[in-house]
Amino acid sequence: MKFALFLGCQIPAHLNQYETSARAILERLGVGLVDNRQFNCCGYPLRNLDFRTFVLFSARNLALASREKLNIMSLCKCCYGSLKKADHLLKEDASLLEETNSILQKEKLTYDGSIEVKHLLSVLYHEVGIESIKEQVEKPFAGLKIATQYGCHALRPSQIVQFDDPVSPSIFDQLVEATGAESIDWPTQLECCGAPLWGVNDELSMDLTQRKLTDGKLHGADYLCTACPYCQLQFDTVQEKISSERSGEHHLPAILYPQLLGLSMGIDAETLGLKLNQLPIDGIQNYLAAPENIQEAVKA
Amino acid sequence: MFFTISLYVALAIFGLGLAYKISTWFRYNIGTAAGEISTSTRISAAVKGIFLTILSGKIFTLLRVFILDVVLQVRVLREDFLRWLMHICLYVGFMLLLLMHALDNFVTSVLFPEYYSTINPFMFLRDFFGLLVLIGIAIALYRRFILKVSRLRTGGQDHYAIIILAVIMISGVLLEGVKITSYSSYQDMVEEYTISADEEELQVLEAYWVQEFGVVSPNVKGPFDAETLELGKEAHEMTCVECHSRPHSAFLGYATAKIITPIALGLDGAKFPTILWYIHFLACWLGLAYLPFSKMFHIVASPLSLLANAVMDSGTSHPANIATRQVMELDACTHCCTCSLNCSVGVAFETIPNLNILPSEKIASVKTLAADKDLSAQQLRHIQEGIYLCTNCRRCTVVCPVGINLQDLWFNVRETLLKRDYPEFLALSPLSYYRGLMREELVDDNYPAPLARARDAIAAECDLMTASEKPLALTPTDREFKSGLGLSDQASTFSDCFGCETCTTVCPVVANFESPQEALGLLPHQIMHSCGLGLKDLAFGSSMLWDCLTCYQCQEQCPQGVCVTDVLYELKNRVIKQVKEQITN
Repeated sequence: MKFALFLGCQIPAHLNQYETSARAILERLGVGLVDNRQFNCCGYPLRNLDFRTFVLFSARNLALASREKLNIMSLCKCCYGSLKKADHLLKEDASLLEETNSILQKEKLTYDGSIEVKHLLSVLYHEVGIESIKEQVEKPFAGLKIATQYGCHALRPSQIVQFDDPVSPSIFDQLVEATGAESIDWPTQLECCGAPLWGVNDELSMDLTQRKLTDGKLHGADYLCTACPYCQLQFDTVQEKISSERSGEHHLPAILYPQLLGLSMGIDAETLGLKLNQLPIDGIQNYLAAPENIQEAVKA
Repeated sequence: MFFTISLYVALAIFGLGLAYKISTWFRYNIGTAAGEISTSTRISAAVKGIFLTILSGKIFTLLRVFILDVVLQVRVLREDFLRWLMHICLYVGFMLLLLMHALDNFVTSVLFPEYYSTINPFMFLRDFFGLLVLIGIAIALYRRFILKVSRLRTGGQDHYAIIILAVIMISGVLLEGVKITSYSSYQDMVEEYTISADEEELQVLEAYWVQEFGVVSPNVKGPFDAETLELGKEAHEMTCVECHSRPHSAFLGYATAKIITPIALGLDGAKFPTILWYIHFLACWLGLAYLPFSKMFHIVASPLSLLANAVMDSGTSHPANIATRQVMELDACTHCCTCSLNCSVGVAFETIPNLNILPSEKIASVKTLAADKDLSAQQLRHIQEGIYLCTNCRRCTVVCPVGINLQDLWFNVRETLLKRDYPEFLALSPLSYYRGLMREELVDDNYPAPLARARDAIAAECDLMTASEKPLALTPTDREFKSGLGLSDQASTFSDCFGCETCTTVCPVVANFESPQEALGLLPHQIMHSCGLGLKDLAFGSSMLWDCLTCYQCQEQCPQGVCVTDVLYELKNRVIKQVKEQITN
């Protein structure tokens, strides 16, 4: 099992811990990763501006992966959604395909539609499998309540992204429960984190983020869990800004899924970059079952 | 005489140029914060900073960076072996030539008292170093003109650098070749150094030199008998051997000599040794005098940039020093285009014809801005767009072989440009995410202004939205607009809308407001309806477009299969295009 790792732009610049923690768990689970330094932006930020440029961006990444004959694994839901969308459009629209390929040709690249785009979570769920993950869990969490943040661009538009059931998805919850934690129900689970408007309309962005945080907290979550750099930055760095500007019962720190899984696999906090999160999440280690209770926790 | 005068003129220009360029490091500003720091503060901060760094433990960091990044060029090696080989050949070859050959009176003669340029190993080494530079030039030409690496742009300065180096090197090799064959040079030496005036002895010496040293004589021609050569060798050993190894070791010059042998007498008669000598040293003087103003100035600025960046960071360093460093970094740029080759959005240049998208080209624009030169509105808009079209992924900064902190540079310049009056529509996209994260870093309160300006510029183009009375013509359908919606196949689905308002009901942005219409203008279902009616102004002018999260809830839930989010995307594309065209006209 080998994938071309697609990091996108946010992770290397602002969320190094997502990369290190993902590499650590994937290595343990036997998923091979191939780096390709030629990958460019997925095109997501340009969708407001210019449709063709966005498609070209995604197509170039897909063409690079197809040259290596490797499927892409993205860690970002927005990259995932954009790559899937462009892949779909290029398959549907012959003139768009021709135009795009004529540009890619200059670099001796061709989009040929042969590449599958996957997200970290879909690889873990469909390719690795819950059972194999459970086998690697050495120190399961006990009594930990997690609110999962699915991420809009992974779920919708569902016919194109085909990540999970768009109305009642369960992949992420099952993956979280594999670590021993409990995945709670919370009404705004499938809503947007607010990140797309951060920097554009901060008040609105904060309203939406705060609403989700308050909702998660109200429904008993101890932590939010994310698998997308935008969601994570929003719930971590931007939450910190919300807390300094606004009052309210919304303090709910976020942890990246590979950090959560990594802890339960017994990977050290430093490799997982727990300290790099803006809001402290060290406390989550208190939920790891004590050695004498591990057997019990595993059974439960 | 001419040699000395021209050298001093070149040195004077070089010195003045150097002083001028270094003064700009303390005078020019990039970004608004830098503008408030006076030149004298910057100079004293720099002196103090350098002094404290040298006294502190950071001296070891500097030493490490100097060896690894400056001397061994590890950052280039990490990027690409061929480029590393090219640059090592160029700079090692040239530096050694400079020290051993050009400055032989000051360096080589002092280190090696027995030094003569015409004995080994010096004669061999001169050609070997020259060969290194020539290999470097060949690789540079291959990369830029044969391989045609995409997004590696070649500009005037790159041409100049290759040409000046090539002229110096090739004229040097030709000069050496011509001098080996030159009979007049031979005669000059004979006159100067032989004591005996014995005609016979001079003849055998000449024969020996024709045979063994490649001199082309109008009097004698080989082959010579063994006795003549034996006598010639004796004469040679008496007078010449101390200063002359056989020219074969100067393999480039000797090969040239062999090639030109048939025409050597003609060349000698036409004074080629003198002509080439003039070309050679004048090219050197030109390179020297123009160095501070050319990209060759990176020889000075790049090591400083690498060293400064190794010990400075925006958290702890004095703001005055950061301001100075940022201007210096502009001179450190070698236009190697590593940034552009690795840029996350560099490929956008294929569809958006704005050179400023490429970081390597942005640097040139930033230089013009820093020097406060006049730029047209169009140029400023282009620079602003190029600088905003950046995902702030830091790749350019990570890969820059001379360690320029490009991301900080873009950030500062972006904010300075955004203070001007040109609306930047890219601000209304996720490209603004980083600016949002960094908003506490902004020195003055310019944060919301560019966002408002972009929205206002769009609203101004769509007067129907802002008019208090909205009389509609009886046949308002803008057919061109309606049929034009379809950049992607999804966007034409708006015509299936039957007005059930599901999109508006599920929209989390709409749900956030007590009176959404007041906050957002038209709501999603109304926008779909406006498209159906061909009311472009209404569809384009609604604030909803820019407050859309693109969360696809509306599209997912639409019972009619209208791709609501995709229609909104397309409307955004179109209105930006229209408003931009209007502004440029």
